[in-house]
Amino acid sequence: MVIANQERFFFEHYGLTNHDLETYLTAALSAGGDYADLYFEYLTSTSLMVDESLVKSASQGISAGCGVRVVSGERTGYAYTDDFSPQRILHAARTAALIASAPSKTTVVGFQQKPARSLYPVALPSVDADITAKVELLMRADRTARGYDPRIKEVRASYADELRHILVVGSDGTFAEDSQPLARVNVSCIAKTDASSGRGSSGGGGRVALDFFFGDKTPEFFAKEAARQAILQLDAREAPAGDMEVVLGPGWPGVLLHEAVGHGLEADFNRKKTSAFAGLIGKRVASEKCTVVDNGTMPWRRGSLNVDDEGQPTQETVLIENGILKGYLSDKLSSRLMGLADTGNGRRESYEHIPMPRMTNTYMLAGQDDPGDIIRSVKNGVYAVNFGGGQVDITNGKFVFSASEAYLIENGQITAPIKGATLIGNGPDVLTRVSMVGNDLKLDEGVGTCGKDGQSVPVGVGIPTIKIDRLTVGGTARREPGGFMQ
Amino acid sequence: MSCEQALPARSSWLTARSDKESEMTTTLEASETKLTTDLKQLATDVVRRAMEGGATAAECVVREGDEFSTVVRLGQVETLKESGSRAIGVRVFFGQRAASTYSSDFSAAGIERMLKSALELAKITSEDPYAGIPEAGQLGSLSGDLDLYHEDVYSLPGSERIEYARRGEKAALDADPRIKNSDGGSFDAATGRRVLANSHGFVGEYRRSYCSVAVVPIAQDDNGLMQRDYWYSVARSLAKLDSAEQVGREAARRTLRRLGARKVKTAHVPVVLDPMVASSMLEHIFEGVNGDSVYRGASFLAGKLGEKIAGPNVTVVDDGTMSGGFGTTPFDGEGIPTRRTVVIENGILKSYLLNTYTAKKLGLETTANASRGLAGTPGIGPGNYFLEAGPKTPQQIIAEIKDGLYVTEFLGHGANLVTGDYSRGASGMWIVNGELAYPVEEITVAGNLKDMFCNISEIASDLEFRGSVASPTIRIDGLTVGGE
Repeated sequence: MVIANQERFFFEHYGLTNHDLETYLTAALSAGGDYADLYFEYLTSTSLMVDESLVKSASQGISAGCGVRVVSGERTGYAYTDDFSPQRILHAARTAALIASAPSKTTVVGFQQKPARSLYPVALPSVDADITAKVELLMRADRTARGYDPRIKEVRASYADELRHILVVGSDGTFAEDSQPLARVNVSCIAKTDASSGRGSSGGGGRVALDFFFGDKTPEFFAKEAARQAILQLDAREAPAGDMEVVLGPGWPGVLLHEAVGHGLEADFNRKKTSAFAGLIGKRVASEKCTVVDNGTMPWRRGSLNVDDEGQPTQETVLIENGILKGYLSDKLSSRLMGLADTGNGRRESYEHIPMPRMTNTYMLAGQDDPGDIIRSVKNGVYAVNFGGGQVDITNGKFVFSASEAYLIENGQITAPIKGATLIGNGPDVLTRVSMVGNDLKLDEGVGTCGKDGQSVPVGVGIPTIKIDRLTVGGTARREPGGFMQ
Repeated sequence: MSCEQALPARSSWLTARSDKESEMTTTLEASETKLTTDLKQLATDVVRRAMEGGATAAECVVREGDEFSTVVRLGQVETLKESGSRAIGVRVFFGQRAASTYSSDFSAAGIERMLKSALELAKITSEDPYAGIPEAGQLGSLSGDLDLYHEDVYSLPGSERIEYARRGEKAALDADPRIKNSDGGSFDAATGRRVLANSHGFVGEYRRSYCSVAVVPIAQDDNGLMQRDYWYSVARSLAKLDSAEQVGREAARRTLRRLGARKVKTAHVPVVLDPMVASSMLEHIFEGVNGDSVYRGASFLAGKLGEKIAGPNVTVVDDGTMSGGFGTTPFDGEGIPTRRTVVIENGILKSYLLNTYTAKKLGLETTANASRGLAGTPGIGPGNYFLEAGPKTPQQIIAEIKDGLYVTEFLGHGANLVTGDYSRGASGMWIVNGELAYPVEEITVAGNLKDMFCNISEIASDLEFRGSVASPTIRIDGLTVGGE
């Protein structure tokens, strides 16, 4: 097994020593408390944008700092600094310590680095790659999208990458380092005719080096996909309104799982009993065809991590098994307070943020059904294959996700494309109405960013083709008995 | 493409801040005049060194700020956060090529590295005939005290800040036995300073302060079904913040009325949007008149200047100059004094909202709406942006509806400004014979924005700024409510 992260970035660049780390943690626990940790981060990033076939924007930046957390019971004290000098880190440690006024004394245990995986071993991180090569990717995307169809009038292509070095040390002996690359290409197109207009967007990437975009997922691939969607929208009809059968295509429509069940299974909401899923472990929350997992260990994926932002190795966690709710996604605080295993889902946006339970790559395992049979089984319904995103109210379980590419299904046939429509449902019961699960599991291309409590983190989703017997579609068309009126 | 989990209070109270930057920026010990001079000096030095490095124009932004936040849940402190940070960004031009870099490292080496990469990076961008900083004559800063900064946001000792949050939550928990749980009460305070300098010799600076209290109660009905809602107050001065009890009670009222929510059948009925959700309609108009969408043809409002795009009752104004406003600044992200712009007057589209670049692209004058982050080209952001109030009270508007929907929350992001197609998840109250009769949820509201702006049939008198974008209650006709 490869032992990753022997680079000791912060030790080499900032002269940090183990003794310093122990001193900071001791200061953090000076007023008592159960646990303290330090999160060092050094993030470099690049972004480029091509618009009107011109490289209009190029930027690079560095953001670095250290966050100090002190946990005492259910209380968390947090402070951070963007200066790695011992005085500033000690100041942050003492500020975070203000939360704890417990008589309990915790001592700092000797650091132990666990053998970690190496899920994204890039030889040359994309942030250090030749920038003209990145520009060329975008120019290729621009040319392809414009050449796709004369009705494509506007194309915007963007590229973003980053390399995040982290070091997490905790008073319980936690010691973990990682360097996390992330890269993404995005293309958006606008199509126009005298009578109509449409937009499309596509993109992808992951924790990959620049060479990723020279494999299957070239800029041309994303450009064609964006242009195709924009052209398709030109002829889209009104979407129907009301409850009906809905078939989701494979891949990014897995955003359903992220919203309908993923957030609701994050341990913090269940510890506080503010989630519609609280107390449902062992209960049926989905049809027996549904098995849903969160897996942070998939090589190169956008949502993957060798260790989470609390230094815990990530893992594959079964959330729902054959329809039965099996487990929650937890971080250190929730696992300690709830007596659960830490699933390695403690994540944060940056050193300025307190970690909390978050998803990594969340998907449904493949089933037995043939995707063609699934479509043929629907008399009147909607086939949704692309989504803009979604949102959920954890407490009442209501979630939405917005279809950006969808079609009518009439008498078992996919017919006309329809305009974008929001689908809305109830998290704890939507999966109980999944009557068919395809054998075509696919993961998304690597575009997801999830927001919770003001913090954004990259995530992945995936799903096979599935049929939901009843879901509310938010269109505008009036429906006639037996069919759709257009 | 993002997926968001709705944490209403927390997300709203972040957007209640007047710009996105305040989320990121936050500071070291402020309030020393020496530091001010240093930051202005630093910004001017960076601009000078960029010019010495061969740039034909340059612009530097420095931000620093500090933040305090605490969440109290079920009477116990849950989190306490206190910190500061700063960041610097530079944008350089070589003729018509531009690039930008930023850093959180203020050491000499850090600044040097930032400058060097900017000068290097500009080599790979394209000649864009419209690129550039504003003309020297356009630059300046509003004079006088704009009432944006009050030190009193930090005047409470730590324990009383916690107490503020605790009292807010307690007022909600005490309001009704059905409120059995809570996502907490919170108190936040922040101050920030911003400096902008450019190679025309402009140097400007301002400070802003902010404080807020928010409460997120959870109510449970006899069947064990839970509902959550929230309320908050936000102000630039602690003296203007609503009492914690007032916020807690309102949060409780909004949460309790959601209990027992049901689905309804698909219907075509009048829809009333409460001020919180009506402001999202204004945001769609903003996105539609944003110069960046207009020159790209990414907005259905492109090319509609002088045309009727809304009913005669609709007047929309953007005003970056209002004293104490959440969207007020003395100058925009490019150093141009902010101003008042009538966007829609009696239904006629009067002006787009522009920065220097998009104004040049469209052959128009900038409206001083440049919003400058640390990096990249300046975007376009609102000042204090609002729909002018109408004559009726919200109650009168509701009273005139026999059968309709009163929306208190939208879910999702289903608005397409290219086509105008609109479809979002919603919850609220069903209106029966002029009264809010029962709560509804798991429904959708759909239409097309082109029609919706024209079908704003009523605008209420209840305009109140709770952020930089504000709307009174409005009624929109012709929408499809999707349900069973």
